[in-house]
Amino acid sequence: MKPVTQHKIEKLERLAASTAEPGGVSLLRDASRRLARNPVAIVGAVIVLLFILVAALAPVIAPHDPVARYAELTRELTVDNIPGAQAGFPFGSDPLGRDFLSRLVYGSRQTLFVGVVATALGLAVGIALGTSAGAFPGRLGKWLDLGIMRVTDVMLALPSLLLAVTLVAVVARPSQWTVIVAVALVNVPIFARLLRGSMLAQRESDHVLAARALGVRQGAIVLRHILPNSVGPVIVQATLTFGTAIIEAAALSFLGLGDPDINRAEWGQMLGVDGVRYLEVRPELAYYPAIAIIIVALGFTLLGEAMREALDPKNRR
Amino acid sequence: MTARALVEVRDLKVHFPIKSGVLFDRTVGYVYAVDGVSLSIPKGGTYGLVGESGCGKSTLGRGLLRLTEPTDGEIIFDGQDIRALSGEAMRRQRRRMQMVFQDPLSSLDPRQSVESLLVEGLKAHGLAKDKAATSRRLREVLDSVGLPASALRKYPHEFSGGQRQRIGIARALILGPELIVADEPVSALDVSIQAQVVNLLEDLQSSLELTYLVIAHDLAVVRHIADTVGVMYLGVLAEEAGADELYAEPLHPYTKALMSAVPVPNPTVEDRRERILLAGDLPSPANPPGGCRFHTRCPWAQPTRCRDERPALREVRPGHRVACHWAEEIAEGRIRPHEVEAELVHPETGPAELPDELTPQAIL
Amino acid sequence: MPLLDVQDLSVVFKRRGEQPFAAVDGVSFSVEAGQTVGLVGESGCGKSVTSLAIMGLLPKRGNSVSGQVLFDGLDLLGLSDNEMRDRRGRDIGMIFQDPLSSLNPVVPIGVQVAEVLQRHQGQDRRESTRNARELLDAVGIPDPDRRLKEYPHQISGGMRQRALIAMALACKPRLLIADEPTTALDVTIQAQILTLLKELVNGTGSALIMITHDLGVVAGLCDTVNVLYAGKVVETTERHRLFAAPRHPYTNGLMNSIPRLDLPRGTPLTPIRGSVNDNIPWREGCAFAPRCDNVLDVCLEGTPPLVDDGYAALRCNNPVSHAQEVAS
Repeated sequence: MKPVTQHKIEKLERLAASTAEPGGVSLLRDASRRLARNPVAIVGAVIVLLFILVAALAPVIAPHDPVARYAELTRELTVDNIPGAQAGFPFGSDPLGRDFLSRLVYGSRQTLFVGVVATALGLAVGIALGTSAGAFPGRLGKWLDLGIMRVTDVMLALPSLLLAVTLVAVVARPSQWTVIVAVALVNVPIFARLLRGSMLAQRESDHVLAARALGVRQGAIVLRHILPNSVGPVIVQATLTFGTAIIEAAALSFLGLGDPDINRAEWGQMLGVDGVRYLEVRPELAYYPAIAIIIVALGFTLLGEAMREALDPKNRR
Repeated sequence: MTARALVEVRDLKVHFPIKSGVLFDRTVGYVYAVDGVSLSIPKGGTYGLVGESGCGKSTLGRGLLRLTEPTDGEIIFDGQDIRALSGEAMRRQRRRMQMVFQDPLSSLDPRQSVESLLVEGLKAHGLAKDKAATSRRLREVLDSVGLPASALRKYPHEFSGGQRQRIGIARALILGPELIVADEPVSALDVSIQAQVVNLLEDLQSSLELTYLVIAHDLAVVRHIADTVGVMYLGVLAEEAGADELYAEPLHPYTKALMSAVPVPNPTVEDRRERILLAGDLPSPANPPGGCRFHTRCPWAQPTRCRDERPALREVRPGHRVACHWAEEIAEGRIRPHEVEAELVHPETGPAELPDELTPQAIL
Repeated sequence: MPLLDVQDLSVVFKRRGEQPFAAVDGVSFSVEAGQTVGLVGESGCGKSVTSLAIMGLLPKRGNSVSGQVLFDGLDLLGLSDNEMRDRRGRDIGMIFQDPLSSLNPVVPIGVQVAEVLQRHQGQDRRESTRNARELLDAVGIPDPDRRLKEYPHQISGGMRQRALIAMALACKPRLLIADEPTTALDVTIQAQILTLLKELVNGTGSALIMITHDLGVVAGLCDTVNVLYAGKVVETTERHRLFAAPRHPYTNGLMNSIPRLDLPRGTPLTPIRGSVNDNIPWREGCAFAPRCDNVLDVCLEGTPPLVDDGYAALRCNNPVSHAQEVAS
């Protein structure tokens, strides 16, 4: 029998090398690679990025001061006539004679701020509650779990907007913070439950058992194994929540429960107060903020869905 | 086996409460997963535990390592009852007893690189202080399981099934344990890979003087690797003997049925084989039959005694223990097998749950 | 004419952003009426995809199926979805590995079996229920009257597999395809199911395609065995011949790597090196070459042909010689 010659062995090695992966690719990097190939993710990411850019560069982008009233606009301003597009003011005036475009641009800042802070607050409290409920085994942990879950059950039982309205009503003086806290509060039980659920599943998983068998301390197991493997769905949920938080905040402002400061540009308020009041005079006052809200919410939702898909282990080869 | 026992389990019981209730859990019964098992494993020996799913063999393995807290019994490890140890003392003892899992992918944290998951055990026991020594130890362990040092930077999902199981074994070895409990170490692997892992476990045993408890449903694998084999049925040991003896002459009716059911890759043998087909399914461990647990399915069951009296695991020959009232009579052919009416067995006693996913009927 | 004649069947998976992958690569085999044919191989060898392609159950998107699947001389691959749906269950029955996910969890067992009879044989409700009861009885389900009304989660895994077999047999198909039917079951239950399958094949004269990774199951059940590796048949022969003298290095390697109860204890295991992922594309040479001890230069110069020498059909340039096997 003739043995394999050297160049054949080399060929084998070359063929074997061509199929082997370069190595050292973590799951996160693998997921982001898949994310980058997904057109839905790209559309979502572009929208989100544009939105953040507009918010960050608002003073540069906005043609005018959003608070100042301009003589060009106030000149013809009456209750029945709100000036439309004209030279220097492509979107025309708002009901107080301010530049509508600049207010829309500055509105993105407020929306981003409310969305980020509300989501972050809800996420932080939700993660704290979810971790306390899901991390600890034993009798004490069980009681803690039971207590926290009943509280979140009660919170979930109330319709989210009603909960927010109640909160705003309880606080004597509404400000943008009442909106933020209300939106955060609505999302706390969702994050807490989600995290607890995936932590419970992780707690029973083989790799956690393996860590226990190695003699790793319980605290380290929670922080290094259970929590990091459980936050994936929560992060996805946070991205999706961002979209709904913007809508919820807008809805509260729409209902007049938001910041009473008339100088602050905020999409929900622009839609709810001015947009509705002057719908027949100048419907654009309602359309543009509404479209802005929809596009931004859509961007975050698309990104969140794409992340969910990318992180799903079932989609991995 | 002349060496003294490294592990001795005495009358170990692991019962799981069955909970029910909407707001507050109420215990409505117990699953008797392990219900009084005694066995001992000599230092350097391999004890094979076989049985079908639900017989409690995995729970026994976990209970022995106190990964599942036993309900009752003693676990004497190297002369010390580890059930009496406090949490921290037990944690420190863990470096002496390790576990290899069935599914190599799920037992490795997907976020950890091989290096980090190997170092973790060392860190937990304060053994990763010297960087150079740690790195040397990692390479040494990887080498002993046949993996290159380049594996350190990689993540579990980048390996094939057999390689992942090697990583799992390396993790178990890193602390230099004396006992390894291997729970179905090859059953998740492809047939052509199983032999690699079986051979690796054998090589490691002889070079590192390890003691094994190998838990498996594959009787051929267990016979190959174990010196002593115990057969479990519904939480108790039905029979225990040296591997050769047990396979040459099984005495317990359940062992006989089990042996006869294993398909053998030899058509000539298969064509001639007489199968002892057991009627029905395994009874629920939450509601095990009284008396001999096997009497509901046993073709040799005799009136009243098998139903009323739980047979003790008794030594009928040197080193051969059987939990059957009639082992001698059956062996000598004085009791003939008879037909058994299959009994209805429900997999769950509690309120039944629907599976998460509703799959359409694939067949239509 | 054979009952089923699979000719040059190929299934290529095409996913966006990835190289097309041939899961099944020119597989040919035939099944005579009343015969049991085994498809054996490890994960990824294409055995399950082959069965799904025969049944027309592969999703249309992302897959291209080529070749011929002649059932009674009629090419199943040319049939429309509707025509194929009529044949599934009536002419060809299928049993899957996981009986729980193959049964509808919210419909009682009896209704599921009866539905098959109603759909394919036009039986009315009462008649189909009576026949469903008989079928459950025939596959050895105790107390069939009660089982009829029970849901899949209420019965054990072995009983579910029996129920699935009852459904597959409802219309007395001439061909039954069993895809790892006992892999999820315990040995004693496996013995029950295999005995049942054997009795059914002998009793009804229908043909059986048995797909499994377990050589022991093949040894006891199959008349002819096809060994698959990386999407191609590498060895086909009658079972006694195959087990007496496995000639493809892969088949031989498999036999030497499993612990066997029929050999003395202590017989060393000789594993096949590498893993099933260490393949090379067939067009570059024999896919098994990187793991093969018998590899030659010629093995890396293209796909070796499947040659039938009357004893076995073999795809190998340097088969294991039986004499050498005895000597070693």
